[in-house]
Amino acid sequence: MEALISLAVKAIFVENLALSFFLGMCTFIAVSKKITTAIGLGISVMIVQSITVPANNLILTYLLKPGALGWAGFPDIDLTFLGLISYIGVIAALVQILEMILDKYFPPLYNALGIFLPLITVNCAILGGSLFMVERDYNFSEALTYGVSSGFGWALAITAMAGVREKLKYSDIPEGLQGLGITFITAGLMAMAFMCFSGVKL
Amino acid sequence: MSQTRKKLLVDPLVDNNPIALQVLGICSALAVTSSLKVAFVMALAVIAVTGFSSFFISMLRNYIPTSIRIIVQMTIIASLVIVVDQLLKAYAYEISKTLSVFVGLIITNCIVMGRAEAFAMKNTPIDSFVDGIGNGLGYGLLLMCVGVVRELFGAGSLFGIVILNPVGDGGWYVPNGLLLLPPSAFFIIGFLIWGLRAWKKSQVEEPDFKIQAVEDH
Repeated sequence: MEALISLAVKAIFVENLALSFFLGMCTFIAVSKKITTAIGLGISVMIVQSITVPANNLILTYLLKPGALGWAGFPDIDLTFLGLISYIGVIAALVQILEMILDKYFPPLYNALGIFLPLITVNCAILGGSLFMVERDYNFSEALTYGVSSGFGWALAITAMAGVREKLKYSDIPEGLQGLGITFITAGLMAMAFMCFSGVKL
Repeated sequence: MSQTRKKLLVDPLVDNNPIALQVLGICSALAVTSSLKVAFVMALAVIAVTGFSSFFISMLRNYIPTSIRIIVQMTIIASLVIVVDQLLKAYAYEISKTLSVFVGLIITNCIVMGRAEAFAMKNTPIDSFVDGIGNGLGYGLLLMCVGVVRELFGAGSLFGIVILNPVGDGGWYVPNGLLLLPPSAFFIIGFLIWGLRAWKKSQVEEPDFKIQAVEDH
């Protein structure tokens, strides 16, 4: 249990997907102009991340790993090279299913998140989360914790960013730096602030 | 090479740079640039994937039903990335370890997807190939610029060859450690965009609010 909590803290603050691995930067920069939309997107990413990372973990353990197909009578097969295409397939399919379920059973939530869901398929934070899970060899419970907490970390970062940018638009910024330029520099300052968490251990 | 194709190739380098103007594919641009060698390999990988994915998608463009085009494009891109990933693992294992997840993340690199969607679905294979290569080069160019600054001032070397002899080895140069850490990449790209927009005025964004001059009384 303790190991899981420490993993969660690490995934949220120390190894924040957006600010220390630069994942999901395109959406992070493009959709952080208003706090409300940023929170909507953050929550969608968190939900999708919490489902896809464990799902990909199951795919890896029971289908792709060397010897994983032992239950089907093929103990010698190693399908790890199919990893990338299976993960992205799982992500695309899950996002689609999630969209349909929300549309059918939770229309208000669908209306709030609707526009962001398709964007999430190509959000590198989602695929990145799954790839880190593979690289670090997480088991199922670790994968679940990592999915939830890394999604939360990303949501936290984009919400904070949107808060800063909402204030920033009233300030007098040099001409060439307006828009994209200053956004990057703000993100850099935030990344520096998040680096202060790097000593935190539970 | 005809005039239009040349334009397709050269335009994305400065005038319409995928990173600085279209804000695409930033994730990997920031993450892999702490050493020039890695940035170079990453740039090559992205150029290859963008070029060939545009080429193949454009060849199939009349047969892809619009309703499922995203998933078809994804499959083509993912297969190409798998090829690149396996090649890197076979011939450049050390670099593929440093790049870790970022080779896989070329799949979700918006440049590849963006060019497939915006250009390759409407143009002939050869034009799309040139356009893909051009955008890959624009991405690579910015990647190399960031890489040069980060490695030269952060570690005092280029491609691993010592240029500014660091203090640690008895030299005179005190390396700026911050440049090897993630935040510096944000700053460098921010300043690069500033420089680019000071040079090409047309790329400057309109501010949402302007500061009004108050009349003197």
